[in-house]
Amino acid sequence: MRKLINAPADVVADALRGLAAAHPSLRVDPVGRTVVRADAPRPGKVALVSGGGSGHEPLHAGFVGHGMLDAAAPGEVFTSPVPDQILAATLAVHGGAGVLHIVKNYSGDVLNFRLAAELAEDEDVEVVSVLVDDDVAVEDGARTAGRRGTGGTLFVEKIAGALAEEGADLERVAAAAREVNERTRSFGVALSPCTVPAAGEPTFRLGEDEIELGIGIHGEPGRERVAAMTAAEIVDAALTAIDADMPVRGAEVLVLVNGMGGTPLIEQYIAYAAAAAWLEGHGATVARRLVGPYVTSLEMAGCMISVCRLTPELTRLWDAPVETPALRWGR
Amino acid sequence: MNVREWVRRAAEKIEAEAERLSRLDAAIGDGDHGHNLDRGFAAAVEALPEDVRPGRALILAGRAIVSNTGGVAGPLYGMAWRQAGKALGDAEQVGAAEVGAALRAALQSVQELGEAVEGEKTMVDALAPAVAAYDEALAAGGDLPTCARAAAEAAERGAEATIPMQARKGRASYLGPRSIGHLDPGAVSTALILRALADVASRDA
Repeated sequence: MRKLINAPADVVADALRGLAAAHPSLRVDPVGRTVVRADAPRPGKVALVSGGGSGHEPLHAGFVGHGMLDAAAPGEVFTSPVPDQILAATLAVHGGAGVLHIVKNYSGDVLNFRLAAELAEDEDVEVVSVLVDDDVAVEDGARTAGRRGTGGTLFVEKIAGALAEEGADLERVAAAAREVNERTRSFGVALSPCTVPAAGEPTFRLGEDEIELGIGIHGEPGRERVAAMTAAEIVDAALTAIDADMPVRGAEVLVLVNGMGGTPLIEQYIAYAAAAAWLEGHGATVARRLVGPYVTSLEMAGCMISVCRLTPELTRLWDAPVETPALRWGR
Repeated sequence: MNVREWVRRAAEKIEAEAERLSRLDAAIGDGDHGHNLDRGFAAAVEALPEDVRPGRALILAGRAIVSNTGGVAGPLYGMAWRQAGKALGDAEQVGAAEVGAALRAALQSVQELGEAVEGEKTMVDALAPAVAAYDEALAAGGDLPTCARAAAEAAERGAEATIPMQARKGRASYLGPRSIGHLDPGAVSTALILRALADVASRDA
């Protein structure tokens, strides 16, 4: 294992110290493991808290700031945060208008956020939780833990965050978050596995000419292993799966072509060209797009495509000003 | 029986097997089960007070596991120890009947929080047969070491029996049929904790 780390056990704390040093706009507790907007709590504003395992940077800590999250609770690499962290983040940002928990649908995240929400309610803080489960690769909900929260999480956090920044109440912010999740689908492809620092070995093995279709974001294997394909063929497989679940014809869409961490931007743009052509060819209008590594899986190579069917209101909220370490425009 | 010794022995076994548990997890999950549990159980040992009743000690150990483990294992094991501690109530002495009540409470907690039943390739596949075997031995008039050994053996058999199962819960479920042919790491760690119980019960006897 060759990694730019000091020690496997120190990865998360060391990274948080770096985040703190690089971004004075954040209040970072590397030991308690919370990342909070420096201007929190904002009285009267609904606060957004998310979190999950580390290793997906910039998700979630990189999305803390004006117009997006108020706090993030980063767990160990690929391990959900503990309730204490989530509670600390929740109490740190609570401005009297309630707190929205944005939870990716993984069993560990769901359980730890649930316990944290119960603890927050003991402190008279109103918490509403919204689950993100945009991944279409999980086909059989009854026989699995259900669809996973993946690239669409960025859309949910950005759009709900914009609405909260405008002063909407908790019910409306939660409804918008759910609406974005319902209108978003994602599908990921891995060209290589990744190595969790504490484990020291790749999470799975791929042959030289193999790829994994339908991956999540924790280095887990995907839906099926197939022979390597061109970028256009990979994008076709991803968008065909998305379109089968949520037809895109006639829709104005927001598209994320997301690098998984180990795929260079030049290849992500090759994928985006294919995605834009595919969508236009299938009767969709690409109204907004984002290309880059935003929801990663350590150094995994590959990409994930997320598509959100926009409404005029969602487009307006997507365009609203945002100022975070990883996403900033309009301000 | 000294329940603090049970927690310490479980932590020792998990530390010794952490690499193996994480390797098992890497095959069908994300490869962190052993390391996470090691961190959580080490914190539980740290949190064990000497001057409180056994039930309270288990509650505090459970809280430490919830606060330091993360993942699914943190809430499931932590809340299970907490409920086991609550089942002991104010008892000063912990014998065969009390441990039986604690194990039943732990199983109920895991099943409720994890929404799992037997056959889904989870820790329930080790814990449920262990509780059944414990209760059977208890009903037959077995003493604590006998009941605990029956539970440990049933848990180990239960863990082995997860190999041909297809996972229906947690991250392994995303593999579908590809999860068949592997041990469930949660069932294996549960068997370790029950073997720790048998070790301590036999030693104290």
